[in-house]
Amino acid sequence: MSKLTRAEVEKVAALARLGLTEAELSKLEGELNLILEQWARLAQVDTSHVAATAQTIVQPMPLRDDTPGPSLPVDEVTRNAPAHVGGLIRVQAILSEEADG
Amino acid sequence: MTAAELRRASAQQLRDAYKAGSATAVELLAALYAAIDREDAQLGAWLYLRREEAQAEALAADTRYAAARAEGPAALAALPPLLGIPVALKDLVNLINTPTTAGSRILEGYVSPYDATIATRLKAAGAILLGKTNMDEFAMGSSTEFSAYKKTVNPWARDRVPGGSSGGSAAAVAAFHAPLSIGTDTGGSIRQPASLTGLVGMKPTYGRVSRYGIVAFASSLDQVGPFARTAHDAALLLHAISGRDAHDATSSTEPLDAQLLNLPAGDAAAAGIKGRRFALPKEYFVAGMEPGVEQAVREAVRALEAAGALVEEVSLPATEHALATYYIVAPAEASANLARFDGIRYGASGHGEGNLLDGYLATRGRGFGPEVRRRIMLGTYALSAGYYDAYYVKAQKVRTLIAQDFERVWAAGFDAIVAPTSPQVAWRFGAKMADPISMYLSDACTLPANMAGLPGVSIPCGLSEGLPVGLQLIGRPWSEASLLTIAAGYEALTATAAWRSVEPHDLAALSGGAT
Repeated sequence: MSKLTRAEVEKVAALARLGLTEAELSKLEGELNLILEQWARLAQVDTSHVAATAQTIVQPMPLRDDTPGPSLPVDEVTRNAPAHVGGLIRVQAILSEEADG
Repeated sequence: MTAAELRRASAQQLRDAYKAGSATAVELLAALYAAIDREDAQLGAWLYLRREEAQAEALAADTRYAAARAEGPAALAALPPLLGIPVALKDLVNLINTPTTAGSRILEGYVSPYDATIATRLKAAGAILLGKTNMDEFAMGSSTEFSAYKKTVNPWARDRVPGGSSGGSAAAVAAFHAPLSIGTDTGGSIRQPASLTGLVGMKPTYGRVSRYGIVAFASSLDQVGPFARTAHDAALLLHAISGRDAHDATSSTEPLDAQLLNLPAGDAAAAGIKGRRFALPKEYFVAGMEPGVEQAVREAVRALEAAGALVEEVSLPATEHALATYYIVAPAEASANLARFDGIRYGASGHGEGNLLDGYLATRGRGFGPEVRRRIMLGTYALSAGYYDAYYVKAQKVRTLIAQDFERVWAAGFDAIVAPTSPQVAWRFGAKMADPISMYLSDACTLPANMAGLPGVSIPCGLSEGLPVGLQLIGRPWSEASLLTIAAGYEALTATAAWRSVEPHDLAALSGGAT
């Protein structure tokens, strides 16, 4: 299987929203490629007639009744937010004037 | 009982003493916190102590025992089995108005607004919740060295790791800071530290215990389970936390086995080994296994045979692919679960400078430690366009093969698989930190059971170079009571073995003398 290039490592870090330094990215590039060598061995396993398993213990998963019940008070929920005001969590603007489209 | 006796007592012994009026939960609590105060600067098992609430819970328990004693034997028998029994919680179990860190800087300062279902159940059962224990960040690790907060040492040897990721919960029980603790096991994080610290540690069947309120790592693998010093105690704790929970759709409606509260003891337990059929998988005696570990495990198997068990070697051929499969599936699920740590709703935040994206990058880049970053990167890559089929779907297919290996063993009529838990005894700090794959390999014998959703338990089976070795029993789905019955049988068979009377060597050194 393919080897991860530096550009791919940077792309995956961006997808994962991990802001990493150049040194951290370099270290990860080496480590990830060693681990990918282990993964590559799976390609040798014949799974042409095997179904994928997402969960092995197959059980009915009944949904709970859709009835109203008490929820946590708003101030309890928002007290862990780094910035909140009037029962709302403060978030930075997601649109900017320079945004394309 | 003296303070030294109280801290060493099992949950069962404590319950009997409370009923007889020969000990109180308040006395016990004082003995445990005194030990923690003397020793935890060295041990490093605890991240948070819940002194005031625990004291109130101990007083309430003593009041109930006193009232029941005055009323008579029927009232005493009706008390819940964990009443007044202290339990430590791995610091990824949410407790209301209490910090939860999951061993990570990204949750520094987080205070939970609610109780996990297992916390609700333990409180209802009358348990005393002592506090929260150290762990590898987000349960990713096998030595607890990836905690962002502190180092936890193995009470058997201060220069060695306690295993992980539930290393704090294991060290706390091994060092007699608590009779019971809660861990989580995604690839071996209960069984492996139990093995390295000489405890009983069980990963129940997937779905047996609710995960509501427990910080998620890999949701198709994570299970919650007990650490204890005896099989009976592990069964008591498992019984209290198990069962369907409307808040966790993956929790099972499978009925609880009442046998958990009535495991056989002594000669009856030992006699129960006769006629049992055990499968010994040759692939679990992996390359790199320490000879002393293999010797202790094979001796344990011989002891079972001598007691009348039938042991046959079997082959589980997909085992060799379990490690790679696990290290695709678990990071993939982790990368999705950990996407929630965005620095906006809770936890440490890097938002403020720059735009929203800059805030995410800063929050997550600074908040996650090295192993968590590695796993998020691996998982994001495995799930990314162009690689999803080659890695993630392929791993899910190999996962089917791993599950089928086990199904063949059950179809052949075996009661359980017997195997080593860890290929090694506790290793020295730093020995695997520079090499992620060597750290991952330490879970080679435990993670197949997670891939198949099966229950497994590690029980002490001797010492190698003076350090504990664990014997692993893996069973068919929902066979926890049967596995713990076998464990109780093995305990009875080896009750007089010399290694059983050895206490962790560095216990006295943790406080500079007194225990």
